[in-house]
Amino acid sequence: MLKFILRRVLLMIPVLLGVTLVTFIIVRSIPGDPVQVLLGADRRTTPEQIEAIRQSYGLDQSLPVQYIKWLGHVLTGDLGSSLRTKRPLTQELGLRLPVSIQLTVMAGIIAAIPGLIFGVLAALKRNSGIDYATTIATLVGVSVPNFFLATLLVLVFSFWLKWLPPVGFRPFTDDPVQNLKTMIMPAVALGLPLAAILMRFTRSSVLEVMGQEHVRTARAKGIPQRQVLFRHVLPNAGIPILTIVGLQVASLLGGTVIIEQIFGLPGVGRYVYEAIANRDYPVVQSVTLVLAFLFVLVSLVVDVLYAVIDPRLRHAR
Amino acid sequence: MVDASATIASAAGSGVAAAQRVSKRSGLLSVLLHQKLALTGIAIVGFFIVVATIGPFLAPHGATEQFAGQQLKGPSADYLFGTDEFGRDVLSRLIHGARISFQVGVIAVGISALIGIVLGMLAGYFGGWLDNVITLFMDVLFAFPTILLAIAIMTALGNSLTNVMIAIGLVNAPSFMRVVRGSVLAVRTSTFVESAVVAGAPPPAIMARHIFPNITAPLIVHGSLNFAFAVLSEASLAFLGLGNRPPSPSWGSMVSSSYSVLQLAPWAAIFPGVAIALTVLGFNLLGDGLRDALDPKLRH
Repeated sequence: MLKFILRRVLLMIPVLLGVTLVTFIIVRSIPGDPVQVLLGADRRTTPEQIEAIRQSYGLDQSLPVQYIKWLGHVLTGDLGSSLRTKRPLTQELGLRLPVSIQLTVMAGIIAAIPGLIFGVLAALKRNSGIDYATTIATLVGVSVPNFFLATLLVLVFSFWLKWLPPVGFRPFTDDPVQNLKTMIMPAVALGLPLAAILMRFTRSSVLEVMGQEHVRTARAKGIPQRQVLFRHVLPNAGIPILTIVGLQVASLLGGTVIIEQIFGLPGVGRYVYEAIANRDYPVVQSVTLVLAFLFVLVSLVVDVLYAVIDPRLRHAR
Repeated sequence: MVDASATIASAAGSGVAAAQRVSKRSGLLSVLLHQKLALTGIAIVGFFIVVATIGPFLAPHGATEQFAGQQLKGPSADYLFGTDEFGRDVLSRLIHGARISFQVGVIAVGISALIGIVLGMLAGYFGGWLDNVITLFMDVLFAFPTILLAIAIMTALGNSLTNVMIAIGLVNAPSFMRVVRGSVLAVRTSTFVESAVVAGAPPPAIMARHIFPNITAPLIVHGSLNFAFAVLSEASLAFLGLGNRPPSPSWGSMVSSSYSVLQLAPWAAIFPGVAIALTVLGFNLLGDGLRDALDPKLRH
């Protein structure tokens, strides 16, 4: 088991290195000079001063040198500082990551509960009204873009019913009620499409297991329905479902870019989006790496859990 | 959320297909419903293609034509879907915008498919280090948040419709590569491929003549589901202001530009939003239906 985990951890390294390299190449090929963007319309700066600023950020060195230096800093836990605010990124992320993680976790819960419950129900009561309703809800759910869902939510709950604020954010520690009021619509907009995917996937996994021999045998032996479900069907159907939940929730973190923008939440998604526009190299490089790292980490955890549940995978090559 | 939903849909689809197999025995109704869904998909996609190709000739007004004093008017006989904040006819803009979505879908899926097919065939056929390198590269692209990668590529390449297609095409290539590689691996060991190898056929000929024709079914299915993803991605990028700049009638930018007048003229955001959702729905349904129709295992 330990060997399996170790091998998976080692496999993460080339992927993350690749992520840093690809990010670096893309970010550095964005046209525009970050120093110029930084100075804005201030035309009084002399070329010498610009050169000095460039030197102070190490931007005068060759690209490979800059890449290696940045990578070296990252490996020692130093993510660098924003060119714009000059604040260290670890500090910036400390403020923004909790917002995005709260949003992602809330969206994950909003997705998982109806997704799993209705998915199982639809499979158990196949061809019933609830099954068809689930199928249709699923199809609509995967087709509605989350920014449009957000637009509809704002229209109904902010403008028509006036229950929730359309934009704004309050930290949970300041005012939990207000925090939830500002977070619920973003979380629903982000989570509902995922609920649809989970519903569909849960339904098919459960159906697939229910058609297998061991379930039929258990039924034939006269084991009560409920026990068949909890002892034989759900544990087996749970493995693929777990994978999808894990990977999808991890990818939600990337989906926060648009949602945070719409609702004005000070999270990582919006931060990196603005950083791209401002050519804030260190921010884009480091934040993308952190997001990719979280994604790879979640896939790793899912893989390990998978192996814990299914011993066959531990020995698979 | 756009991320990976197409891949998941296709992953989930194989399970759905299995479910279909189970349900065929018990419920004729479910089979009928499913066919109905596929038919609905074909109808939506057909309608969309017609609108995208000949729609602009039939549209009541121009895409950027502004009617003075007609700003933010609700749906009426003159303006069926109402007007937006500049007094432009929402229906006409929707019709013109269909062409943008269609174009992006076709070209972005074409780019992903081309990259995916070439790399997936190479990886699946030759295996070994080449497979490792290609798979690693695809895993790297996969680890990025999709929309973020697309935004970064767009910013690097410049803000234009062509670059939207390139960005979406690149971002989506890994999913194609996975589908192709998996299918090639399944065909690679079959007797007809091995006999071609033994007969001394060169690898390019084997790949083109023996392997490719046998992997078209999953490719077509994936292409359809991916079209949905491409339309969704274009809309998302346009919503953020990337790609089509106003006054271009891209559906995503129609939703975002009407967002500021949402309270006064909800129709200006709702109709384009519904158009995006319907189009995506149509291609998803078509993809699902194709999978069931093309997979011979499911027919019996």
